[in-house]
Amino acid sequence: MRRHLLSAADLSRDDATLVLDTAEEMRTLADRPIKKLPALRGRTVVNLFFEDSTRTRISFEAAAKRLSADVINFAAGGSSVSKGESLKDTALTLQAMGADAIVVRHHSSGAAHRLAAAEWTRGSIVNAGDGTHEHPTQALLDAFTMRRHLGDLAGRRVTIVGDVLHSRVARSNALLLTTLGAEVTLVGPPTLLPFGVAGWPVETSYDLDAAIVKSDAVMMLRVQRERMNAAFFPSAREYSRRYGLDARRMGLLPEHTLVLHPGPMNRGMEISADVADSARSVIVEQVSNGVAVRMAVLYLLLSGVTVPAGISIDASSEAGGAA
Amino acid sequence: MAAAYPSARVVLDERDVARALTRISHEILERNRGAADLVLLGIPTRGVPLAARLAARIVQVEGTAVPYGSLDATMYRDDLRLRPARALEHTDIPHAGVDGRTVVLVDDVLFSGRTIRAALDALSDLGRPRAVRLAVLVDRGHRELPIRADFVGKNLPTSLSEEVRVSVAEIDGCDEVLITPGSSDSSAVRSAL
Repeated sequence: MRRHLLSAADLSRDDATLVLDTAEEMRTLADRPIKKLPALRGRTVVNLFFEDSTRTRISFEAAAKRLSADVINFAAGGSSVSKGESLKDTALTLQAMGADAIVVRHHSSGAAHRLAAAEWTRGSIVNAGDGTHEHPTQALLDAFTMRRHLGDLAGRRVTIVGDVLHSRVARSNALLLTTLGAEVTLVGPPTLLPFGVAGWPVETSYDLDAAIVKSDAVMMLRVQRERMNAAFFPSAREYSRRYGLDARRMGLLPEHTLVLHPGPMNRGMEISADVADSARSVIVEQVSNGVAVRMAVLYLLLSGVTVPAGISIDASSEAGGAA
Repeated sequence: MAAAYPSARVVLDERDVARALTRISHEILERNRGAADLVLLGIPTRGVPLAARLAARIVQVEGTAVPYGSLDATMYRDDLRLRPARALEHTDIPHAGVDGRTVVLVDDVLFSGRTIRAALDALSDLGRPRAVRLAVLVDRGHRELPIRADFVGKNLPTSLSEEVRVSVAEIDGCDEVLITPGSSDSSAVRSAL
């Protein structure tokens, strides 16, 4: 692992597999009487959130606390940022307080990269969503959830449906899933597929019914109205008809196909309530897996000495004389 | 295996390992006065198959099945901050749990004692055993903590520069314990940890 996690593209197949395998062990912690590990005792993790979030922030907070790190939550709304403080000054403040990791969510694409590249802080930077760019830990938890149900993702078909244009989840998933060997198809109205999507390692389609019948997993994306300042589709009803997952479409899915949604859901828009609550929906499981995956990421980035980018994990057995 | 390390010396061969494990399983039963409430937990990697073999021998002798599993103590190590992040090994605690039971930790080599210290901490987060014992195939000395083994396959006086390499059939294809003079290749220095 590198020092930072900024993009799903930073992860090689081995790195990604290591995170998922580590998360598998972290997940068993939830079944134990004491849900705490001492690995990050004395480390400080700052949640720096310039944008509203419930599940991601809580998930990172739970992950850091279960690893015994100290957690400082920093929401831009109630801070000096509302008085005009810059990202740089905020970062310098956090550095002065001794942050070992900064989990950052920002409304501008590239904010996490800026924080990491500028070296304002010595800590690790974890991108928890930057604008419409990337959200790598969401992609990791989606891949983790799919892998638990489908096994190895190589050759599996994943269809990502909806507002791809504004979705950092879609971009990170497309990158990570193809790294893991899955075939990704993006489906959405032409206005909501990003410019330059032809250069992505994915297929695209405008026909949801045709795409889902051969899918092993279908990921529905939230229609991000707050990022839409233009008319991308004629009406909510038409969108829902053509690109929403309802009971009729769910009937077309193969028996084993999973339904995912990164949340928060617009029930009745991209996904109907009966689909969201159905047996093949793993949406609630995604949330609990999120904690395990973020524990794995924080553990792998933070434990051990700060190693230069590139070198990584000592996976070699040391059992020969380790006692 | 020995061929891979020309200067290696075989200290236990397959039959020696088998005899040591059989004796340890009898000692565990003797000390515990039977197999009641025993749980065997192997420490990854090579402690795990050793624990399974001890459990199999105990069934042969006593006729009662003894739960066994694995306990990874990576997250409890005292050198986490000093080395690059390590991959985690699998922890598998039998359904019966450890509360009120006698837990026997099983490892291949007892050296500094630091892994066992970490394992004791990991164990206390899983429950409260009535007693914890330690069984090792080889005790090579050089303890850095006040820890000792209750059941030892072989006491092996070594110098710090030597390495002890344990092979078990389930992982390495054969049962064997070797001593090799130290190597400068740090990736090979399993015993120096």
